[in-house]
Amino acid sequence: MQFADTIPAIQDYAAIGDCRSVALVSRHGSVDWLCWPRLDSGSIFGAIIDRFRGGHWSITPKGPFRSEQHYIRGSNVLQTLFASSDGRATLTDLMPVCEEDYKQTAVLPDRHLLRELLCTDGEMAFQMDFRPRPDYARRSVSVEMNGPLGLRIPLGRGVGWLRSNAPLQADRDGAAARVRLRQGDLLQFSFTYAEEAPAVLPPLGAEAHATIDRSVQWWRGWLAQSEYRGPYRNEVERSLLALKLLAFAPSGAIAAAATTSLPERIHGRLNWDYRFCWLRDASLTVRALLGLGYVDEVESFVSWLLHSTRLTQPKLRVLYDLYGRIAPREKILEHLEGYRGSRPVRLGNDARDQFQLDTYGEVVEAAAHFAERQAHLDRTAQKALIGFGRYVAKHWDQPDRGMWENRLGGQNHTHSRLMCWTALDRLLQLDNKGLLSGIPRQEFLLQRERIRHQIEQRAWNPVLRSYAKTLDGEKVDASLLRISRHGFERADSPRMQATGRRIMERLGAGEGLLYRYRREPEEGAFIACGFWAVEYLAMGGGTIEEAHALFRDQLRHTNPVGLLSEEVDPETGDALGNMPQAFTHVGLINAALTLDEEERRRAERPRDRSASGLRESAA
Amino acid sequence: MNWGSWLLWGFVATIALTTLSEGAQGAGLTRMSFPVVLGLALTPSRDKAKVYGFLLHGLLGLIYSLIYVAIFQSLHAAGWWRGALLGLAHAFFVLTVVMRFLPSVHPRMASEHYGPTAKRMLEPPGFLALHYGVQTPVAVLVSHVAFGAILGAFYQLR
Repeated sequence: MQFADTIPAIQDYAAIGDCRSVALVSRHGSVDWLCWPRLDSGSIFGAIIDRFRGGHWSITPKGPFRSEQHYIRGSNVLQTLFASSDGRATLTDLMPVCEEDYKQTAVLPDRHLLRELLCTDGEMAFQMDFRPRPDYARRSVSVEMNGPLGLRIPLGRGVGWLRSNAPLQADRDGAAARVRLRQGDLLQFSFTYAEEAPAVLPPLGAEAHATIDRSVQWWRGWLAQSEYRGPYRNEVERSLLALKLLAFAPSGAIAAAATTSLPERIHGRLNWDYRFCWLRDASLTVRALLGLGYVDEVESFVSWLLHSTRLTQPKLRVLYDLYGRIAPREKILEHLEGYRGSRPVRLGNDARDQFQLDTYGEVVEAAAHFAERQAHLDRTAQKALIGFGRYVAKHWDQPDRGMWENRLGGQNHTHSRLMCWTALDRLLQLDNKGLLSGIPRQEFLLQRERIRHQIEQRAWNPVLRSYAKTLDGEKVDASLLRISRHGFERADSPRMQATGRRIMERLGAGEGLLYRYRREPEEGAFIACGFWAVEYLAMGGGTIEEAHALFRDQLRHTNPVGLLSEEVDPETGDALGNMPQAFTHVGLINAALTLDEEERRRAERPRDRSASGLRESAA
Repeated sequence: MNWGSWLLWGFVATIALTTLSEGAQGAGLTRMSFPVVLGLALTPSRDKAKVYGFLLHGLLGLIYSLIYVAIFQSLHAAGWWRGALLGLAHAFFVLTVVMRFLPSVHPRMASEHYGPTAKRMLEPPGFLALHYGVQTPVAVLVSHVAFGAILGAFYQLR
């Protein structure tokens, strides 16, 4: 297939990265998204948001071929298998990673994308096309041939080097290569980037191969810490690896997704930049990582949450950049056509200025999860948390934009009230456990009860027979499935049972999918909501068997390498929205953990009963 | 060299610098707290780091003030504006050189090349310490200019 014919479906991409930047590689062997030096920097390859101008780096067979992708087991090292009538080949793609100790002994490039092509059977002809377009294709490119050292490409503030043992043909704005490989032939392509110091040119050959092995070993060693032993191990581990790709190691932040402006509706305007950190995701992320045993990651993330948000405390912004700075304002890149013509392509995110009360509950709950595990909170963290509590106690009764970032104005969102209740409840629990000192206990108790009273009186709609999206409202919202998870009301209570039924009935999109709410025109089904429904069923809203069945339904929407975007088109099954998305993968992990916990709880219950029965008989 | 005057005004200038920079942090202008950064080089506990850091920062302030005083003595002149100019140069040095090399020498600070290993680390300051807030360079400049101006104004030449 010709590259420019069409851009692949969103689900036809896999992600590689090094916890500082992420690239998307299509099933056809093309790097169509890469931002360097950080995942929120300008793109160097951006074909996914403009197939002609965006830039790409493709290594594809000449003539008709079939291809499929998988990760090398337990790693974020990607392999694309090509097959044609004449032969087979494997393309291995990665951003090398290693232990910090190793970095003290070797001179390594600042950023590195390594590609290795091996012909495994017969003969195959390949073409490589390297078209960098720095700064979202706003900068021109020049390429200098430097003999055996390779191609030098000035890229704005930095410089890129492309090296290969294949014969490279430099041209005006990139490079190309045409090669015919026989069984056992191996080619390597190395693209590096340097901004701060002279570029490092890593060797090819055996050293490059050792780099691949070292990276696979690093990922496997990291994954081996996972404590999950349930039935969905492959899916949970892939989600964990995807989440790790979105973690920004220098600060501990976790980005919501690796891309900008992949549309929530094709040809719609719901195209957002997700390369920032949403506080909304905090408690769910911490629960997922702690549940799997990743204490270092959680410590890093909670530390980022509490200390990076310091400039705005006790107020919290909805989102921050990777270093905890206020995210940039929205800007439209008019020169880019967008994914499959879905304009506009946006940079920055105006949700940064929104007032959202749910973020307070998310941050407090995240810190509480961690504090309970560590049995300690330092004084700075205590002060910050109490500050959030005081802010909530004063402002919980105000309308806000809610977790879905309604751009039309503030409303009294039930979910926001729930999270305010959660914030005060967790602070009081921390106080009970002696982990906080100096909280205004009576004030927090009083306000927590007032919030509960308001939710019970005004969020419950007796005509609808459900909790409603807003106070005194008539619509449902999938976020209401979280009520039980946050401990406000049991999932098997009559109200929650009725709410669950109403949500499935009104927001069901078929095949186990749920819309987050109803809107016109419709967007895709929101995958995370399906995972919340699994948790709700497992916690008593339904049977454990129903929960497992719904979980398996959700898993059908992962792409061939196990990644998930934000939404799914219920009609075509195509992925929609930015990719891969942390919120969705966190939803998957939490649902699997909840299933596991509930299974264990139910397994222990008969034993408890029989034990008490024995005691009664003995008596 | 007037040792008594150096000790007194070096101490006062250091207190002023610390107060201004911590005040800027408290006012939400910057997340930069150099005492905490220094203290975390000695201990992972944030609570202890503050104490150790303030002591170390005080000591460093006295050492730096010795350099200022030596310059005043070699010029046979002091004065607030000479001190302020030295403070300005000092601030530029801190922002451009010290901040740049800090991640390489600080045992608990990540660099831009750190990862994917996740350990609780301090984020790197970045160019002009802008990662700690866009007003960080202003806070550093003001506090260092005040440091130099106090020392220049009150140090008694010998």
